[in-house]
Amino acid sequence: MSDIATTHATKGTIGENASRPDGGPKVRGEFAFSGDLWADGMLWGRTLRSPHPAARIIAIDIAAALRIPGVHAVVTAADLPASVNYGLEWRDQPVFATDVVRYVGEPVAAVAADHPEAARQACEAIDVQYEPQVPLLDPAEAAAAPPIHPDGNVFRQLTIRTGDPSARGPIVVEGAYEVGMQDQAFMGPEAGLAIPADDGGIDLIVSTQWLHNDRLQVAECLGLAPEKVRLSLGGVGGAFGAREDVSLQIHACLLAQRTARPIKIVYSREESFLGHVHRHPARIWMRHSAEADGRLVSFEARILLDGGAYRSSSYHVVANATCFSAGPYKVENALAEGIGVRTNNPPCGAMRGFGAVQVCFAHEAQMDKLAEACGVDPVEIRLRNALATGDRLLTGQVIEGTLPVARVIREAAALPLPPSPEIADPMTRPGGAGRTADAAHVRRGIGFAVGFKNLMYAEGYMDGSAARCRLSDGLATVTCAAAEVGQGFVTLAQQIARTVLGVEDVLLAPADTSIGSAGSSSASRQTWMSGGAVEKACQAVRAALLQHVADRHGIDPAQLTITDGRVTSTDARDSIDLAVADAAPGVVFEEEVEYHHRITHPLDDDGQGDAHVSLVCAAHRAVVDVDPDLGLIRVVQVATAQDVGRALNPLQVLGQIEGGIAQGLGLATMEELTLRNGRILNPSFTDYLIPTALDMPEVLATLVEEPEPGAPFGAKGVGEPPTISSTPAIVAALRAATGKALNRVPVRPQDIALGDGE
Amino acid sequence: MTILSPTSIDEAVAALADPAIQVLAGGTDFMVEVNAGHRRPDKVLSLRHIPELRTWEQLPARDDPAHVRLGATVTYTDMLQPDLAQLLPALAHAARTVGSPQIRNAGTIGGNLATASPAGDTLPVLAALEAVVEVASPLGVRDIPVATFITGPKRTALSPGELIVAVRLPLLDGHQEFRKIGVRNAMVIAVASLALAVDTRTRTVRCALGSVGPGPIRATEAEEWLAGTIDWDRPAATTEAPDLAYFGRLVAGAAQPIDDHRGTAAYRRHAIGVLAERAAAQAFGAGSAA
Repeated sequence: MSDIATTHATKGTIGENASRPDGGPKVRGEFAFSGDLWADGMLWGRTLRSPHPAARIIAIDIAAALRIPGVHAVVTAADLPASVNYGLEWRDQPVFATDVVRYVGEPVAAVAADHPEAARQACEAIDVQYEPQVPLLDPAEAAAAPPIHPDGNVFRQLTIRTGDPSARGPIVVEGAYEVGMQDQAFMGPEAGLAIPADDGGIDLIVSTQWLHNDRLQVAECLGLAPEKVRLSLGGVGGAFGAREDVSLQIHACLLAQRTARPIKIVYSREESFLGHVHRHPARIWMRHSAEADGRLVSFEARILLDGGAYRSSSYHVVANATCFSAGPYKVENALAEGIGVRTNNPPCGAMRGFGAVQVCFAHEAQMDKLAEACGVDPVEIRLRNALATGDRLLTGQVIEGTLPVARVIREAAALPLPPSPEIADPMTRPGGAGRTADAAHVRRGIGFAVGFKNLMYAEGYMDGSAARCRLSDGLATVTCAAAEVGQGFVTLAQQIARTVLGVEDVLLAPADTSIGSAGSSSASRQTWMSGGAVEKACQAVRAALLQHVADRHGIDPAQLTITDGRVTSTDARDSIDLAVADAAPGVVFEEEVEYHHRITHPLDDDGQGDAHVSLVCAAHRAVVDVDPDLGLIRVVQVATAQDVGRALNPLQVLGQIEGGIAQGLGLATMEELTLRNGRILNPSFTDYLIPTALDMPEVLATLVEEPEPGAPFGAKGVGEPPTISSTPAIVAALRAATGKALNRVPVRPQDIALGDGE
Repeated sequence: MTILSPTSIDEAVAALADPAIQVLAGGTDFMVEVNAGHRRPDKVLSLRHIPELRTWEQLPARDDPAHVRLGATVTYTDMLQPDLAQLLPALAHAARTVGSPQIRNAGTIGGNLATASPAGDTLPVLAALEAVVEVASPLGVRDIPVATFITGPKRTALSPGELIVAVRLPLLDGHQEFRKIGVRNAMVIAVASLALAVDTRTRTVRCALGSVGPGPIRATEAEEWLAGTIDWDRPAATTEAPDLAYFGRLVAGAAQPIDDHRGTAAYRRHAIGVLAERAAAQAFGAGSAA
């Protein structure tokens, strides 16, 4: 909601491509990431991790480690003063393993030493006697297997039933699909600095997505009151969901408490792969039936997600995967069953797209099969089934906001196609710098996909964000604990303040726990939630300023407005025309507010309920060149139209779109953590491949702006949709070029060249 | 940690008398191992400040055909410069597939040899060209053919105290090229690679394979078959095309691939055959250059 005209006089307001406040330092290499933190007298912390996917711990002997010169402390579970477990939503994960380890990489002990090398030697010197057990590695066996944790092996089983699931149309298509384990692969590894304070508390500077949730977990495990644990945000080098769960936070704070010295922990790249959650691998079966013209009659799905050893956000990933399993299509009769299970594989949790990614790969493959079975064009079959405002989701919820599915389909399909492959630079053929393909070896395919998901948390979660605004002589200062993880909230906060207050100078106070929680930078929620909080705080200050001016002039504040950076009256007789900076000399206006979205509700036993706040959709069309004999791929172009509500900063939206497509391309063609006996075989950027500039296609994007009722400025979150349907669009293009089924991502060269995995 | 930074080969060789000292060239393998904690050197011998190792020269034909002699610390970026690339095009192709510009600026030909990774990108080219490695020690300089220099995965014929100082490669007059398969289009470890070089003077074809065995493999049976099949006296376009698919099968048969997390043995064997057929088509197919 915004009744304030965007002005020309105030630069950098909503709708403009305002520059990031941290852009210059980041480009120049001057931005301080959390790995750059330093304190006088600090020690280096390091974590000892389990080499086994499942083992009993018989004994831990730390004596030899303590004898290494420079080692100040070695801590295990026995040293935890209070709670021994932590967890993002459910405290089922030991801070340090006690009697058993449940995955390769599980923390067992931590050390503090005056040099990283001494810390490394100390970890090697800790003698842990393990008795290896047979690990539970197949998620299909987990539900029926003996429990590997006191909480059991099933994180959640969710069934959604609607209409008559036994109804059948004349056309039936069925398929089984698999999604490998993707990693968020952010550039800046986990890092933090814990500093013991004189009051017995701890100050922790850390790269995270959610300061206040970290604080709560640290406080519980250290036996401190939450206000004694003060967190502030270190420079974050990417997140994508992997910084929602606590990694080094409790370890660093415990070591700081124990040694009374500042503790710095920085993960290596390998430890980073072990130390955060990944995207859930999935096995999905679906059956669609339709009328002869392609209109859906029934939908069935079974979704199995491997959550690994601990719960993290598996409970809600199951919900999203199941709720959105049919895609953005109308279907009256459905039975969708989702289950997330515990295994001795690495823990999985939040990653951009959060459950919607896995099912989108499956439902879009199904829609293409249906199109072929009905003899209908793939774009047309999606248009015939597209959800719209007023329709019902599988969960029975009526879509009340905007959801322009048909429009994003049409707009993406209308974007221009790239030039023909013959004229391509050899470096841009499949195989790239390896010069594997000559022009005659290349075949081109085009694929189309549509995806959707919810914005913000769901199922009755009471979500909120706090913000403070201070205005003094034209200088606005905004305080909010929203974690800037690269998404550009810092830019939007300034733009919102400028728009509401009509001032250009907007300072952002550091994000820390001195103010209330802003919630997590996830679920595409910060623009809405913390953007909403900043808007509300600025509006309160604006009202106070106008009241002040009105009182001085003895008029009704309702007559006053801020236009073009000036306070003016709607009644010309008042002859008030003051620059905002001069409107109240020496007066400080300060307001702190909380913002909440509308209430949602849990799902019932049939998976029915108004569980979601808002929905967002996007369509992607991929053009891909393939070398079928070698199975090598070059994605030439991805064209997309995305439902953005309203683009508050179009350039930043484009940045999210390009980055999300890169991540979707990665899942389609190369990104997978490969496991053997529960161990990650490729925990490095040598072998966990993410797209390079030579892999990244041209991106064409249309921003579809249909303002969302109830959303601040009508804007929807934009971070997740680009990753959801880009992957299936690319794989659809690969199928079109090769004729292969390709039911698994990432598609490997041998899948195309030799038909492996068919 | 002690770091020695000599300015001459003699000083470097003298320093190598200390068996604890570890040689650092471009550092693109060495530093990765240090950062990962797999290598903990107490003493390091840096080659960066030895100018003669960074140079290359063309040696005129005398008894032998003309050669190029590359100092051991010639970088991948150096190999991409047009004057060198036109003499050794396959080596330039291989150099371009290495890492990122920063890695190519640092990594060296001597380092690629000394590391002797089965996936070393220049190694198939060196094997196909039958390069000779010059190795210095207090006893003098000896030549080791590349085929015997690499003795296994990450193993070489270097003796303690020996330093790679140069590599000599013959200048051949026929078509030559390098192709490499990786799962992404740049900055990737080879899943399979192949170098092909044609010597019209001796009427031989040389074909060497990378990442499909413990070291570079010469596909000698395939080479001899192809050299015996083509008509060396008439331009390719006027003759019946040789059965290049058969050549591909022979090359695939020469591979000794394994399954690992980068690819399957079956895919590697298949892919190396495809690369061989394509490279031979460039060299001898209709409309080819040779």
